Amino acid sequence: MHEWALAEAVILTASEIGEKEGLKEIREVRIKVGELQQIELDILEFALSQLKTSKFANAIFTVETTRAELKCRVCKHRWIFNSEKLDESTAEAIHFIPEIAHAYVKCPKCGSPDFEVLQGRGIWLESIKGVK
Amino acid sequence: MADPRISIIDRRLKEVSNIIAVSSGKGGVGKSLVASTLALTLAKKGCKVGLFDMDFTSPSTHVILGVEGLQPEEEKGIIPPQVYGLRYMSIVYYSGDRTAPLRGADVSNVLIELLAITRWNNLDFLIIDMPPGISDATLDLVRLIKRIKFLVVTTPSRLAFETVRKLADLLTELKIPIIGVIENMKMKESSYIRHQVESRCMPFLGEILFDAELEEALGNVDKLLKTEFGKKVGEIAAENMNPPDK
Repeated sequence: MHEWALAEAVILTASEIGEKEGLKEIREVRIKVGELQQIELDILEFALSQLKTSKFANAIFTVETTRAELKCRVCKHRWIFNSEKLDESTAEAIHFIPEIAHAYVKCPKCGSPDFEVLQGRGIWLESIKGVK
Repeated sequence: MADPRISIIDRRLKEVSNIIAVSSGKGGVGKSLVASTLALTLAKKGCKVGLFDMDFTSPSTHVILGVEGLQPEEEKGIIPPQVYGLRYMSIVYYSGDRTAPLRGADVSNVLIELLAITRWNNLDFLIIDMPPGISDATLDLVRLIKRIKFLVVTTPSRLAFETVRKLADLLTELKIPIIGVIENMKMKESSYIRHQVESRCMPFLGEILFDAELEEALGNVDKLLKTEFGKKVGEIAAENMNPPDK
């Protein structure tokens, strides 16, 4: 349930940005969620609806999922992360700390744990729109 | 546009009175033992204490504490489990005994993630066991936690102090408070480290003699606190780290 902690972070950050940009009301918040973290979107969206302040009363939260693309630093192979191949405890560990993938996931081509996450790591605030 | 995790970090730590990073320019000087023993000592004095093992690639405080099979509680984030009176957080809850090879950017991400989702709640002290050196972990901690203070550990070796000096110079330049320097594993009489520390206007907190009993006490906190090392860390804590309301 750490989606609540992330939702709280989204609301706080969007509020701060809104304040800096002089927005009286926030109408749209676009969020990107990387598949590596396997965030449960239902819980995230519910948490956002519960945690939003009056400034977000008419806001729409759009959550877009991004596939997690990994690239081996050794052999340059690229692949898409698939959580279905992981056992429950490994998937949960990566859910809490996506970088833990380096302890469990290897390059399917050369077996190296030295890979980078090109996209789709975790949560990201993409944009906000509002009324000044 | 923005990483939403950054803004929440201050809120997660707002009920923590003192945040102390136990650090050194070099590995193998006893940071983890000092950090763990300091945390245990403060908890024994009745303080509310958290211990955060930030050495993500080479964590060792779980071995010092003898912790196995624990998991944080999930409650709108994660709540570190209580271990010997401490709220204790380590990457080993998730990596187990596997190796987690992480590059600098990964270390930063782990730190940000854990600071953003961990609910320490009300603490007198949060003790952070740092990885050695002055790379990503140190720079991120200084960037993300404005109230951080450093407790620096060295050995009597000039090699160790050479790296400690650089860490101290960096912290001084960044205006980060240094609580003081502990000289650990002292084997013969010498005032070299004390002079070096005091000539740089840093408090010299004390010297800890090399303790051959320490290895036997790993994993047994009662034994650890009764070693000469444990007693000396207790004295240093008593002289320098009383919470204001106690």
